[in-house]
Amino acid sequence: MKLPIYLDNQATTQVDPDVLQTMLPYFTQIYGNAASRNHEFGWTAEAAVEKARAQVGRLIGASDKEIIFTSGATESNNLAIMGAAEMYKEKGRHIVTSAIEHKSVLDTCEHLEKSGYTVTFLPVDRYGQVSVDSVRQAIRPDTILVSIMTANNEIGTINPVAEIGALCHDMGVIFHTDAVQAAGKFPLDVEKMKIDLLSLTAHKIYGPKGVAALYVRRRNPRVRLAPIMHGGGHERGMRSGTLNVPGIVGFGKACELAMKYMDAEVPRLRRLRDKLWDGIRAGLDEIYLNGHPTDHLPNNLNVSFAFVEGESLMMGMKELAVSSGSACTSASLEVSYVLRALGVGEDLAHTSIRFGLGRFTTEEEIDFAIEKIVTTVKKLRDLSPLYEMVKEGVDLKSVQWTAH
Amino acid sequence: MAYTNKVIDHFENPKNVGSLDKNQKNVGTGLVGAPECGDVMKLQVEIDEKTGIIKDAKFKTFGCGSAIASSSLATEWVKGKTIEQALAIKNTEIVEELSLPPIKIHCSVLAEDAIKAAIGDYLKKRA
Repeated sequence: MKLPIYLDNQATTQVDPDVLQTMLPYFTQIYGNAASRNHEFGWTAEAAVEKARAQVGRLIGASDKEIIFTSGATESNNLAIMGAAEMYKEKGRHIVTSAIEHKSVLDTCEHLEKSGYTVTFLPVDRYGQVSVDSVRQAIRPDTILVSIMTANNEIGTINPVAEIGALCHDMGVIFHTDAVQAAGKFPLDVEKMKIDLLSLTAHKIYGPKGVAALYVRRRNPRVRLAPIMHGGGHERGMRSGTLNVPGIVGFGKACELAMKYMDAEVPRLRRLRDKLWDGIRAGLDEIYLNGHPTDHLPNNLNVSFAFVEGESLMMGMKELAVSSGSACTSASLEVSYVLRALGVGEDLAHTSIRFGLGRFTTEEEIDFAIEKIVTTVKKLRDLSPLYEMVKEGVDLKSVQWTAH
Repeated sequence: MAYTNKVIDHFENPKNVGSLDKNQKNVGTGLVGAPECGDVMKLQVEIDEKTGIIKDAKFKTFGCGSAIASSSLATEWVKGKTIEQALAIKNTEIVEELSLPPIKIHCSVLAEDAIKAAIGDYLKKRA
């Protein structure tokens, strides 16, 4: 077993060696520009891109013609929201989203607010779920877009996307979902789920960084987007720019593998994740699960270890590569906005750790992680004045703290 | 966060972890910070009542690596000092010793506050 152990697969994933092998010829041998229509180099590159387009489409039940390649999920989310806002501004200027979307959705919506749009940021319940009713109540005659993520990147909670899709379809509102974390973790079908726009990215599913896609529905209804970058009119005029052929080829292969492995991989991830949670629970008291107990990504575990600050916990178990919602790990010195939206107290948000399992996580690594987590938390609790006070029977809420 | 070796050493081998009997007359206890802010330091000093010299110091800290290191260093520094000398310790000296990055300066401020609070508690008991 090699240390440190990578348990941050919601941040990014290792490129699968099969994906890399598929990509390699497209750097030095088949290096043509997919937009070059006049020679062999261009034709082979274009054929490779079109094959990948079909592979990406298949993962979400879409046709190849509905896939637009972009540079990353941030661009996909920007294009979906900015593009729809611009295209449909005559119809209305109201957008519905949730408080725990990725920053590339939230910041884009806040940007639109400054140019005359109104955005409703729906709250979530204590598990991080958006209710279908709250979406229904938020939709107004001038609503043009609903953007609700399929699954959350910090806490792994899965939203009732199919119900929200059906509702939006009935009410004639375009529905966008950021499915970056959900892709490959459970079957997605844009037809059954009535999704009009869907973002997904290669590097969360064992593909390369710097390549992503936006699904744009072509019929029932046909969705149109105004481009956010201008140029040669690539990608049906919605996204100009020379295509990243090796990246796209790798993305296609990653989608093919995600489909191929899903049936075996999802139960394996769930079993290892549950083993991790059970192991932590057996060894420690005062720990809290952040996220939904059942509607949850199979590879995510977000836990608050009360009375132990997250950054110090990560320092103490540096053999594990994880992330934290603690303020001390962020440049802004603010705790996770996702945990805050769930109603997790700031005190507990500071103690949260996200574990993200992946295709290359082994049972041996999980056994090691459990042992490491339990001993480190115990060690830091011996150092924690809060744990000592609680064990002495002090109610921490009654203490006059000196906020700084 | 890239920490210096001194921070890592204080974090991995913290000095003077523990608690003194807070009911003793010659023990002063300082509790500063707040759980919501992500830092709470408890620093205690045991003072020789005749000489006014700090005989022992203990700490417990809830906080990031630099908060733990700052309080560990603070206990090292106050031991053997008189009350006046200990009160003269500045947070900037802690920043310098541990080479704390700007975003972690508040940890050193908290450590200075903890020393002052502990000594203040001792003086209040004597008054």
